[in-house]
Amino acid sequence: MLTKRIIPCLDIKDGRTVKGVNFVDLRDAGDPVALAVSYVEQGADELVFLDITATVENRKTFSELVSRIAGAINIPFTVGGGISSVADADILLSAGADKVSINSAAVRRPELINELVDNFGSQFVVVAIDTKKHDDGWKVYVKGGREETPLYTIPWAQEVQSRGAGEILLTSMDHDGTKGGFALDITGELSRNLSIPVIASGGAGNIEHFIDVFKLAQADAALAASIFHFGEVPIPQLKSELAEHGISIR
Amino acid sequence: MSSQNIVIVKYNAGNVRSMYEAVLRLGINAQITDDPELIFKADKVIFPGVGEAKSAMTYLKERELDKVLKSLTQPFLGVCLGQQLMCSHSEEGDVECLGIFDAQVRKFQSKGASFKIPQMGWNNIYDLKGELYNDVNENSYVYFVHSYYVEIVNETIAKCDYIHPFSASLHKANFYSCQFHPEKSAGVGNQILDNFLKITL
Repeated sequence: MLTKRIIPCLDIKDGRTVKGVNFVDLRDAGDPVALAVSYVEQGADELVFLDITATVENRKTFSELVSRIAGAINIPFTVGGGISSVADADILLSAGADKVSINSAAVRRPELINELVDNFGSQFVVVAIDTKKHDDGWKVYVKGGREETPLYTIPWAQEVQSRGAGEILLTSMDHDGTKGGFALDITGELSRNLSIPVIASGGAGNIEHFIDVFKLAQADAALAASIFHFGEVPIPQLKSELAEHGISIR
Repeated sequence: MSSQNIVIVKYNAGNVRSMYEAVLRLGINAQITDDPELIFKADKVIFPGVGEAKSAMTYLKERELDKVLKSLTQPFLGVCLGQQLMCSHSEEGDVECLGIFDAQVRKFQSKGASFKIPQMGWNNIYDLKGELYNDVNENSYVYFVHSYYVEIVNETIAKCDYIHPFSASLHKANFYSCQFHPEKSAGVGNQILDNFLKITL
């Protein structure tokens, strides 16, 4: 049986791991390669590396880091941050990334999704959606959550799917960094209405939150950062408790 | 074993780098090439791949690599799209493939929220047979990413269930294949690659 995936996310700045709490107040949580290897040993199913500074100067540092990661781990990993063209993605693919995650660039120019899919296949393309609840529905934000767009999350996710993306990484900005649980409503709505996998992100604080996002919101995978980096929720314990609750886990 | 000459076939389907790294971690510096001479001379050949069947077959045919691969007699391992291309026909682009395995490649038919397409993630494999699965436990988890599958046939040496049973692995003479990615399947994947590197015909 296909299992639910547990995905630690490593935010990278200048080659080091950081994690934003509500996207500010960065804390250092170590060397990305060492952390990645440790997550593989703990039983993480996949990893995500986001280059949060993603400037032109940092690009080379990041692709070198991607090469080192590819040499060190034997589980799939996604990289993201500032990817806005087929050429950007190609550099990261050649460095050994299994998937790329795109966000602001896809909103700015949705054809980028099709171009990446045509060049590298659906399995390579993850579209990240940062979202926030408004009175009239969930809306899409870009630029690390700093800028509101006119897009609503549900139709945008459907467009992303119809353009061929292989997966959606949904982050609720209202929940991110709060440790109060995932956004079950929007995650569930997307998961039930899309035919591609949905990764839930933002708000994980304890094991119950993971049980809820898999059982109540039918997420295909759940992503978290600081609670893993600082050992607040050890992955082996998380997985054994999920299994006890009848959730299919590796 | 470390003196083996392992070739990874280079073609227009990505993921070559991951396979190279995985083999390197097992102590072998493989060659990545599309040169028929080097492929013929290799001790073992790995045929990876993530991509689309029709364009991959067109690429192989243009370089006559289709004939080269079919005629090889050393241990050969196709992975993911590689496995699908080793079959007789794929529904992906309605294309005739290499025909090493007498099997059809079909598209998964979506069954809603509980069975998304592609199958992406870790699934268990069972009914494991032969040396490729030495020291691999029944129902071990391996990593899959695919929208097309190979039906169950006589050459099936590992099965997996997604929507219905399908071939996770095939074997015929010197030809082996996996639908999943051993190079991305943690310790279990290492064991399977290591088993392949130890095969002697």
